[in-house]
Amino acid sequence: MERLHWVRHRCRQLLAGGSGRGWYSAPDGPPGKTSLDTHSSPRRASGKQRTVFARHGPPQQGFEVVSESYEGNAICTTKYSLLTFIPMNLFQQFHRAANLYFLFLVLLNWVPVVEAFQKEITMIPLLVVLTVIAIKDALEDYRRYLFDRKINSKVVQVFCGEQKAYVDQCWKDVRVGDFVRLSCNDIIPADMLLLYSSDPRGVCYIDTANLDGETNLKQRQVVSDLPLQGEEFTAESFHCRVECEKPNNDLGRFRGYMEHPGGVRVGLHNGNLLLRSCTIRNTETVVGMVVYAGHETKAMMNNSGPRYKRSQLEKRLNTDVLWCVLLLIIMCLTAAVGHGLWLKNLKDPVFQVDTDTSPALAGFYVFWTMIIVLQVLIPISLYVSIEIVKLGQIYFIHHDLALYNEQLDCRIQCRALNITEDLGQIQYLFSDKTGTLTENKMVFRRCSIYGVEYPHEENARRLEVYEAEKMEAAGRSVTLKSGCSGRSLSGRSLSCKHSSVSLHTLTGEEEDEEDQPSNHIQHRTSAFCSRVTKEVVPDPELVRKLNWFCSPRLALSDGSSGTPSSLELTYIMDFFLALAICNSVVVSSPSQPRHVVPETRTPLKSLEEIKLVFQRLGFSPLSALSSLSPPQIKGSPRSFTSRLFARGKTDTFTFSTATNSTTDGSEPGQESNQETSNLRREVHSSSRVESGGDAEQMEDRETDDYIEGTRTNPEGARQEVEDLTGDVDCERATDDELLYEAESPDEAALVHAAHAYRCTLRGRSAESLLVDLPGIGSLAVQLLHILPFDSNRKKMSVVVRHPLTGQVVVYTKGADSVIMDLTETPKGSEQAREIYSRIREQTQNHLDGYAREGLRTLCIAKKVLEEEEYEVWLKGQLLAESSIEDREELLLEAAQRLETNLTLLGTTGIVDRLQEEVPDTIEALQRAGIKVWILTGDKKETAINIAYACKLLCPNDQLLTASCGSKDACAALLEELKLEVQRGVDGLTGVTAAGDPGESSSGGVGGFVLVLDGRTLDWALQEEPRSDFLELSRRCKAVICCRSTPLQKSKVVRLIRDQLGVMTLAVGDGANDVSMIQVADVGVGICGQEGMQAVMSSDFAVSRFKHLRKLLLVHGHWCYSRLANMILYFIYKNVMYVNLLFWYQFFCGFSGSVMTNAWVLILFNLIFTSVPPLIYGVLDRDTAAHTLMELPELYREVQTSEVYAPYMFWITVLDAFYQSLICFFVPYFAFRGSSVSELSFGSPINASALLIVLLHQVIESHTLTWIHGLVLVLSGGSYFGFVLLFSLFCVTCSPPTNPVGVETLEMSQPLFYIVCALTTVTALLPRLLFRALYNTLHPSAVLEPARMDKVDSEKYRRKMQRWNLSRSRDNRLRLCADNPGLEPSTASVVS
Amino acid sequence: MMASSYNAKDEDGAVTVSLRSKKPENTAFKQQRLPAWQPILTAGTVLPAFFIIGLLFIPIGIGLFVTSNNIKELEIDYTGADVSSPCFNCSQNFSWNSTRPCTCTIPFYLEQPYESNVYVYYGLSNFYQNHRRYVKSRDDSQLNGNMKSLKEPSKECEPYAYHDNKPIAPCGAIANSMFNDTLELFYNDPNGTKIQIPLNTTGIAWWTDKHVKFGNPGVDNPNLTAVFQGTTKPVNWRRPVYELDSDQDNNGFINEDFIVWMRTAALPTFRKLYRIIGKKSGLVPTLPRGNYTLEVVYNYPVRSFEGRKRMILSTVSWMGGKNPFLGIAYVTVGSVCFFLGVVLLVIHHKCGNRNNGGDISN
Repeated sequence: MERLHWVRHRCRQLLAGGSGRGWYSAPDGPPGKTSLDTHSSPRRASGKQRTVFARHGPPQQGFEVVSESYEGNAICTTKYSLLTFIPMNLFQQFHRAANLYFLFLVLLNWVPVVEAFQKEITMIPLLVVLTVIAIKDALEDYRRYLFDRKINSKVVQVFCGEQKAYVDQCWKDVRVGDFVRLSCNDIIPADMLLLYSSDPRGVCYIDTANLDGETNLKQRQVVSDLPLQGEEFTAESFHCRVECEKPNNDLGRFRGYMEHPGGVRVGLHNGNLLLRSCTIRNTETVVGMVVYAGHETKAMMNNSGPRYKRSQLEKRLNTDVLWCVLLLIIMCLTAAVGHGLWLKNLKDPVFQVDTDTSPALAGFYVFWTMIIVLQVLIPISLYVSIEIVKLGQIYFIHHDLALYNEQLDCRIQCRALNITEDLGQIQYLFSDKTGTLTENKMVFRRCSIYGVEYPHEENARRLEVYEAEKMEAAGRSVTLKSGCSGRSLSGRSLSCKHSSVSLHTLTGEEEDEEDQPSNHIQHRTSAFCSRVTKEVVPDPELVRKLNWFCSPRLALSDGSSGTPSSLELTYIMDFFLALAICNSVVVSSPSQPRHVVPETRTPLKSLEEIKLVFQRLGFSPLSALSSLSPPQIKGSPRSFTSRLFARGKTDTFTFSTATNSTTDGSEPGQESNQETSNLRREVHSSSRVESGGDAEQMEDRETDDYIEGTRTNPEGARQEVEDLTGDVDCERATDDELLYEAESPDEAALVHAAHAYRCTLRGRSAESLLVDLPGIGSLAVQLLHILPFDSNRKKMSVVVRHPLTGQVVVYTKGADSVIMDLTETPKGSEQAREIYSRIREQTQNHLDGYAREGLRTLCIAKKVLEEEEYEVWLKGQLLAESSIEDREELLLEAAQRLETNLTLLGTTGIVDRLQEEVPDTIEALQRAGIKVWILTGDKKETAINIAYACKLLCPNDQLLTASCGSKDACAALLEELKLEVQRGVDGLTGVTAAGDPGESSSGGVGGFVLVLDGRTLDWALQEEPRSDFLELSRRCKAVICCRSTPLQKSKVVRLIRDQLGVMTLAVGDGANDVSMIQVADVGVGICGQEGMQAVMSSDFAVSRFKHLRKLLLVHGHWCYSRLANMILYFIYKNVMYVNLLFWYQFFCGFSGSVMTNAWVLILFNLIFTSVPPLIYGVLDRDTAAHTLMELPELYREVQTSEVYAPYMFWITVLDAFYQSLICFFVPYFAFRGSSVSELSFGSPINASALLIVLLHQVIESHTLTWIHGLVLVLSGGSYFGFVLLFSLFCVTCSPPTNPVGVETLEMSQPLFYIVCALTTVTALLPRLLFRALYNTLHPSAVLEPARMDKVDSEKYRRKMQRWNLSRSRDNRLRLCADNPGLEPSTASVVS
Repeated sequence: MMASSYNAKDEDGAVTVSLRSKKPENTAFKQQRLPAWQPILTAGTVLPAFFIIGLLFIPIGIGLFVTSNNIKELEIDYTGADVSSPCFNCSQNFSWNSTRPCTCTIPFYLEQPYESNVYVYYGLSNFYQNHRRYVKSRDDSQLNGNMKSLKEPSKECEPYAYHDNKPIAPCGAIANSMFNDTLELFYNDPNGTKIQIPLNTTGIAWWTDKHVKFGNPGVDNPNLTAVFQGTTKPVNWRRPVYELDSDQDNNGFINEDFIVWMRTAALPTFRKLYRIIGKKSGLVPTLPRGNYTLEVVYNYPVRSFEGRKRMILSTVSWMGGKNPFLGIAYVTVGSVCFFLGVVLLVIHHKCGNRNNGGDISN
């Protein structure tokens, strides 16, 4: 009944694949032109590709024909038109089994020999269902139509060939090949090739919030090598032919080439494509050529429907429905055989209508008649009811205050509407670490460079203060945060909004235009800049060293103890440069559009400046060289500068300016410094003129101040440190205006950290980066390539031309495991190697320390490329970029070729604090019998540390670590661990059996916690060790998988889900969790810092991990028990009512007669008793919410499906049989032999059946509110009202069961009431007695605390303690018992 | 497919435009804190109900039993299955269209005088008037007096809709198989005279049936013969429908015997009201004790399907005819409830103590 969903959320098929940070990857540098002949020929293009010509241009042969076949831009999302609505809708609806069943019954009823009721009456259920759904569909479709019209009639500027100008056109008239001009904040009407951007560098920014909810801007690039590049774009002169792929739904992929009239081909890639429904930002004018329009755009092709998952309960239900079918068939067969026999014994009866049918044939007919008569036995309407009930449950979950996040103004999002009850049965919870358990607010904590650790004590203190502050003022957190964090606050809420609006909210956005501009900037700037992230207190030691670097008096201080070696200085400098530039952070300041910032500075690369800088750099260390004794420098003839930046290379390289610098640098003193500052001032003032921006001015002034400061404060490094920190503070105050938008919070944290050390990323363009370096000032770094982050490579790199040396340098940042493997001891002198290995060793030590501390570690490394080396690589890279076929693989290969032989610079430790209440939540979940696994990409030590912090690991837990190098070793290790655990568990059982239950309560005696690393996990997931792994992990309290890739995560979830056959829940926040979320039975996304991909693919999206507690323990419990009870009740109701008709067959010769009016019969289920089960399913609360929260053990009740166990189904059916027997035979004996007519006989039976059904619910309900009361009374009232009115006014309307006068007469007689009372009481007696006895003798786990609610607190607590103990004892025993469920799966694995 | 996005827009758009907080309302309903009665059924809470039911049902049952016992009822089977039976001969050679009526006389003795109105029933056994095809075989609209249906009976009446190309009135199997025995009662006065007891032919059908459901066609035309012109009598009938009674108000479709027959019985053994013996004025019993004779004009064949025919004399009470079942059932259920109440009381005392006391003492 998916149509019944309130489909409130769009769900977009998420791009699968390896790109870890989402579908967008930073532009891959300028793609060069290559001949693509090898990849595609025009001939083949016609089959697999599409050709696009400019539409306005000179007519190209054949294009008219081709372009006609392309879709226009008009979208039509309506399913039906006015004419086709009825047939189409009917056709759609009859795709569903339930409706087909109804239809089958209707058709069956048209066969005269089996006709049970009037033909019209059997149609009623079908008609009701069809009409209700048709009305809903029609309304939905109408809204869709209105919306389409709105979208289609939006106006956009399209180039018109006749007028030679851009004219306004509706979206719907845009066609493939059109040139479309867009301005800032316009929404892109179709997928277009970016041909022109007002930005001189040919980039434009788009905001894909409408598409995927990500609010950070993405850069798009004009097709390279357009002959018209640079000047104003003229559409007339465009004569190129574009060949590209057929429309597909891959947002991250676009391949093709553009052929210029001259035959030159230019490769096209994803960075050239503007996607429909994205918004142009920060770019004045953009011109593009439409390549895909309308429904062929990627946005539209990605627009898939809501998630449809089948819940576990529904699967179980299906088996029960099959039982019902079996029951129906048995009953119908009984009737058929009975009728045949009865007919055979009859000879020439007066009442026989047709005498010539043979008994066998008549029996056959009766079989079908009975199927019509007893149709209700198959609870088809149950499926509709379940849908409605789930909607109600979703409504309540959605409105739960406890699941609302005040700070983000964000409710829980229920994206999958039909698996609410699965929340109540979770047995395994797989959690991501970062952003899920932790805040994912990355804060730079400490770093290690050149093997020297900088502990950042101040920084640590600051974090603590912040935390304390936060704890203290949790209530008024909004007022507490100021400045940027305030902004980010509103920004994040906005992004939350964006996450849930879709492609189709374009008009909606237009409507709230007034608040858009102001918010617009805010939400863009939101990404990952909270105060705590931005404010990094520098380490004094490091500041001192940096000061050495920029201090003019470096030479004078030689010999002093704290002087860093120049090698160390270069390390530090490279380190911070890498932090600042090795990322994809976009910089902006609210006062200026972001792309303007770097632009003014790009032509900075004047030789003179470089020279100057080099002078400055070269001067001091060189003089220091003589007296200072860094061992590796001694005796080396190279100039310092070249050594400084060409370190790690062989001695062959000499930089052209090196001589310059040495000569200039040979003259020491104030003079050169003076010169430097003067020159810089000059540069700055010129830039000020150009940009006229406030920020520039401010920065400018500040730099001057700083220089002043350094000059006037020449003595005492210590003094200087303070000064600098003061400066930094003041700078921070003004620099708040500089806003970083990063794809991941780590990046933002690192950029902010670099910024704190005055190594500031000022701006970014496609070709260059503008960086402020301490003591040097702004530098333009020529950006050659970005190799974006990739979860397989686990690192990212930038290839730049070093601003100072002019060398091609690769800066790489990545997970330590990867980087450490790739670093290599440089060739060179013995000493250098020694130093290097010492650095490595130290860094490794620091890394381990950081990990133990629970910090996220990243290694920074660099590599200097020879020009030739670079050329060779570049060729490969360009080939990869321009190839159409297997671009991804080639790119990966190229990246791997580049990222080798790295030189380790240092490592960073980023702290990511736990979210609030995470330990409590995890503890509660564990008490609830849910096994919590952590699957993280982090280091083992980090993961274990976090596990400790969140109480997944208790101090007395036994840690089993599995980390092995080979498959065999892994298998052996797992085997061994399994045995160990076995022994341990046996020991435990022994203890428990010995009667020491007090200690065995949760947490008393530690469990086993298994820790696996990624490689071991890989082995463990393979065929043979798998069973051991399963067995082992099943016995462990928790499992931590570190260093796992997204694929591994999903594999683990799938393995557990399939092999153990348990309900799994995966929770995560990032793109790397998407596959896991999709695989798990229930996927929960945390809408956090890393975009919306996890949320998009999830079933439920919450904003905090702690929300899981209430979601599972309370809502899951309720949803499950409600639904289970409702289903049982529904089945009971149907069986009970249908059996009344069945019993009657024994007294009418099994002829298929009914003693009731056909209308009443049909409406009994459809109206009179349809609402109470719904109310029951939505509102019933078997246990109070706070009890469920406090006693997570209660979750086990529903987890093991005790409510809806198979025996409950049969008990229910048996009870229904009993009740129907009573309900039928009491009236039977009361009226036997009397002159009672058929309908008069049915009247008390119906009435008492109704009473029994309603009162049965009262008995079964755990709570009764006024709503229950109202619904019950209305249901009863509607029945009596209906039958009375019917019997008054229906004179000839319902032959042959014409009810006129029957009910009025019956209800005026006391006998009716006497019979009803007796029937009702007798029928309900056993159920009442059973409930009472059961509750008295075996107070179930659920009921007990519910009663305890009423007991006073002291008693309550004591009882609770006792109860907890006994429960945990039970559980332990149960846990230790051999689980037979595993046996078959194990066997199958082995075989 | 696209519906999702639309709804998303509506939902979220509405919220964002007004820039209202998304904070859910803190109402009892939305937070599922509605005050609720939690019926936790335990022995303690349920046992009052059991006692109350027991205490209510036992007296009601006794009352019903007494009432039922006070009803006087006499059944005479006149099927003629036995050779000794007076009606044996009549039952032997039977045909629907025999012209010579077969009459049999059955004497019986009334041991008690019957006061107030006495109802005369005919009873049939093993007669499945509730057979699905049989029940359907009628045309309510024809019986309601619809002229069109009179000429064109409903298909449901097949194969009793037309005979000799003329529409049958009343059509259908029910009407066709109408009970057509004539029962007459004679009181054998102790002084030898045989007094025929007057039997009321009216008042035996439901008021609604006679006045609402059934009606003769052509209400304004008193001449039924003319109205039914062009139709034919049911195959098994001896007389057309307009000759059922001489009384205009009890003739045609509104003949009460016919109406009673047309209300199909629920169970295969049933009785139908045949006549009412009106209460006599004064203290004279309606039927005094003594010898009576039942004279049956034996027309109706039941022996082929092993049916039985009975004549029943019965008085009625407020609860209908004689039926001891309800009384017994009430007493039984009441007693069971009472007994269960006691059991629950015991359980409550034992377990209740254990539950409360035991836990706390620990």
